[in-house]
Amino acid sequence: MSEPVKGIKSPVRLEYTVSAGRALSRFLAALTEARLLAGRCSVCRKVYIPLRSVCPTCAAPMSEELTIADTGTVTTFCIVNVPFEGQTMKLPYVYASVLLDGADLPILHLIQIPAEEARMGLRVKAEWVPPAERRPTLESIRWFTPTGEPDAPFDTFKEHL
Amino acid sequence: MNPCAVIGIGQNKHTTKRDDLSIAGLVREAALRALEDAGLGFRDIDAVVIGKAPDMFEGVMMPELYLADALGAVGKPMMRVHTAGSVGGSTAVVASHLITSGIHERVLTVAFEKQSESDAMWALSPRYPFQPPLVAGAGGFFAPIVRSYMRRASAPADVGLMVAVKDRQNALKNPYAHLHMDDISLDTARASPMLWDPIRYVETCPSSDGACAMVLASERAAKLASKKPAWVRGTAVRSEPAMFAGRDQVDPRAGRDCAADVYKQAGITDPRRQVDAAELYVPFSWFEPMWLENLGFAEVNQGWKLTLEGATALGGDIPINPSGGVLSTNPIGASGMLRFAEAALQVRGQAGEHQIDGARTAVGHAYGGASQFFAMWVVSSEKP
Amino acid sequence: MREVAVVSFAEVAYPRSEDDEVELISAVIGRAMTASGIAKSEIGFTVSGSCDYLGGRPFSFVTALDAVGAWPPISESHVEMDGAWAFYEAWVRLQHGDIDAALVYAFGRTSQGELRDVLATQLDPYYFAPLWPDAVSLAALQARAMIDKGICSEKDMAEVARARRRAGAARRASSPVEASVDALLASPYVVAPLRSHDCAPNSDGAAAMVLAAGDLVKRVARPAFIRGVDHRIEAHALGARDLSRSRSTELAAEKAGAKGRHFDVAEIHAPYSHQDILVARALGLAGDVAINPSGGAFGANAYIVTGLGRIGAAATSIIDGTAKSAVAHATSGPCLQQNMVCVLGGER
Repeated sequence: MSEPVKGIKSPVRLEYTVSAGRALSRFLAALTEARLLAGRCSVCRKVYIPLRSVCPTCAAPMSEELTIADTGTVTTFCIVNVPFEGQTMKLPYVYASVLLDGADLPILHLIQIPAEEARMGLRVKAEWVPPAERRPTLESIRWFTPTGEPDAPFDTFKEHL
Repeated sequence: MNPCAVIGIGQNKHTTKRDDLSIAGLVREAALRALEDAGLGFRDIDAVVIGKAPDMFEGVMMPELYLADALGAVGKPMMRVHTAGSVGGSTAVVASHLITSGIHERVLTVAFEKQSESDAMWALSPRYPFQPPLVAGAGGFFAPIVRSYMRRASAPADVGLMVAVKDRQNALKNPYAHLHMDDISLDTARASPMLWDPIRYVETCPSSDGACAMVLASERAAKLASKKPAWVRGTAVRSEPAMFAGRDQVDPRAGRDCAADVYKQAGITDPRRQVDAAELYVPFSWFEPMWLENLGFAEVNQGWKLTLEGATALGGDIPINPSGGVLSTNPIGASGMLRFAEAALQVRGQAGEHQIDGARTAVGHAYGGASQFFAMWVVSSEKP
Repeated sequence: MREVAVVSFAEVAYPRSEDDEVELISAVIGRAMTASGIAKSEIGFTVSGSCDYLGGRPFSFVTALDAVGAWPPISESHVEMDGAWAFYEAWVRLQHGDIDAALVYAFGRTSQGELRDVLATQLDPYYFAPLWPDAVSLAALQARAMIDKGICSEKDMAEVARARRRAGAARRASSPVEASVDALLASPYVVAPLRSHDCAPNSDGAAAMVLAAGDLVKRVARPAFIRGVDHRIEAHALGARDLSRSRSTELAAEKAGAKGRHFDVAEIHAPYSHQDILVARALGLAGDVAINPSGGAFGANAYIVTGLGRIGAAATSIIDGTAKSAVAHATSGPCLQQNMVCVLGGER
């Protein structure tokens, strides 16, 4: 008598064609030009990056679009030691929250730095991939690297933690 | 608003993979235990409310359709709630409103996850074209937030490990808990590999298959039940956007507001003194001190002191997660309801070896998303 | 039970939209809120319906929340079901009684995937889904069961399809069907006995609705009061049910107080022409009821929005004064497995 069947492998394959939405599409397109496109909420005046169609707290449209600098401050970070599917960086690597100069909330990205040197307040600048390699994704920024400036004081970014 | 009682509670022995049961079998096992505890059969139930996290965790879209038969719901109203990680809690809240509103007399509510059937890590962060693959799962997402807390509170580095050890020792007294680490101690914990600095492996939750079920009842139906019920004294849910300028991800206002709402309903003005036990959603150890502050058990930046001084241990004055918590058991969709159910077990005196003596008031808490969805309830041995 | 009314409804639909969820939802929430006369701060509960598998992304409802302006934090929930069940959850919360107004919304972009295949994942994952029966084939089984029992003919189905498409053309900015019934019947089957005209086209869209109780209903001239609502589910396996009947619709109609009642308007959630006929029978509709004046699912069908859309369309007929009483129906699952019936009426 053979073993009872306890389970089956039933592959599910579904194909999707996704669209990023109007605002995000404009942000992604700007990345191919090494431009960071942000938006200012018409009500609370905060600057949001990536550009979005409405402010999440006010549900109000953006009153203006602006290009912001590709420099910023690391507010917080972690050091990843866990391999996972789709991983491109060598372990261990630093994954951080970067508050770009001029923006009111951080973006998440990689920091090219030995893990033990990572710290809150580190000043960083985006390293863009060569123009021919740029695509409408955040991977057009390869990573952020230290600028060499003195670390930003804790008080300047502590409310973004 | 009518009173709502918990008259039956059931769960499975949670494990990495239940290969002896289908998804239907898993939920039915927990449901039957809850019904038995309530002294009822499926035919006595008026409505069924289920909850679970994303469908991609099992690869079954809208599973209430497939599960209607297994949960005795044919011919009845059936709903499925989905609020990310807090879903187990918000499901219980929705189910309780079916009683408090007077619409139904007896409601079966079940929350579950059989995540061994699909790939939970993939389902949590599939490769969407617009985002680079930066983060390996939830731990990578929360690790920077934990670092922020440690800095803000000037917390000693060992606090996270102490929570991990405490919850894992508590789990040894809970036969249903997934992880039973007999050799757990602060020394073995310190040796655990660092996954997303500052979070170590021992400070993270497992991936579990499991379900939790409760039977909620009206006052009239509770009178007919033979065992002492737990009475729902308050329920609340709160949400805030995931990312916005100035957001405090360490101490989210949605959590504070949710707690304030539920405490007001339950007449709690001093949580540390008035709550006998709390089951809080702690999937990474440092969330214990963070939630102690967020939920008013401790002042801002002081939560870690309660852990350090042993206040949150089984014998302490504010035991947190006597069941072993999410750190010991984590079928994602069920985890929130397990917190709510374990709180109810405490005030019914049914928590066995992890019973807090004389527990009369207990809190159940669940959160989800980027710490943006919160669900809580307060249960008591006394009727409102 | 408290008296709860639908005080406003707004929807948007496109054959295919480039908007993301937030952009779709923002459009309708603004309109529904303005029409209700109720301020954001007066909304005590917000609940949505959506489905991850439509867009292929888990937690899709989380980003959608950005359209609501959830700050300060709000009391909010979500069901992974048609917006009609979000509507039900909001109605229950209003019956719980701690709030007086609720915002309900639903959204879906069916254009991102192949819906008829996506729906196969709704089926029993051990015995049924691995066969990958697509949604149109399953619907065809039900149509066949009805035809074999003499409940309807392919001609009846074509007439219904034509009427719905003509009525609903404006809602999705698409052209109505011009062909005669005979011409439609001469067209090839998609899956016999269903032809292309028998299947509602899928769309991208969103809908939002405001419910109110107590004094807040008075902010609009003609609130659509919910006189009764109920929903029931049947066995999952197709072989365990009589597909030529919709017993759960009959039961829900009875429990909602729809049986034997006259309605000016009936809005039925039927993405297939034969289901339109079947549900009308199950509701026991009299001959003079206007069925799906909006076109129903044939006007717009963003799948997970369509049921809420029927409740909204029925409510709108009362709010704008064209009807005094209406019944709405919503469905979920293969071959009408789960059904909701809602009875709406104007001021008594």
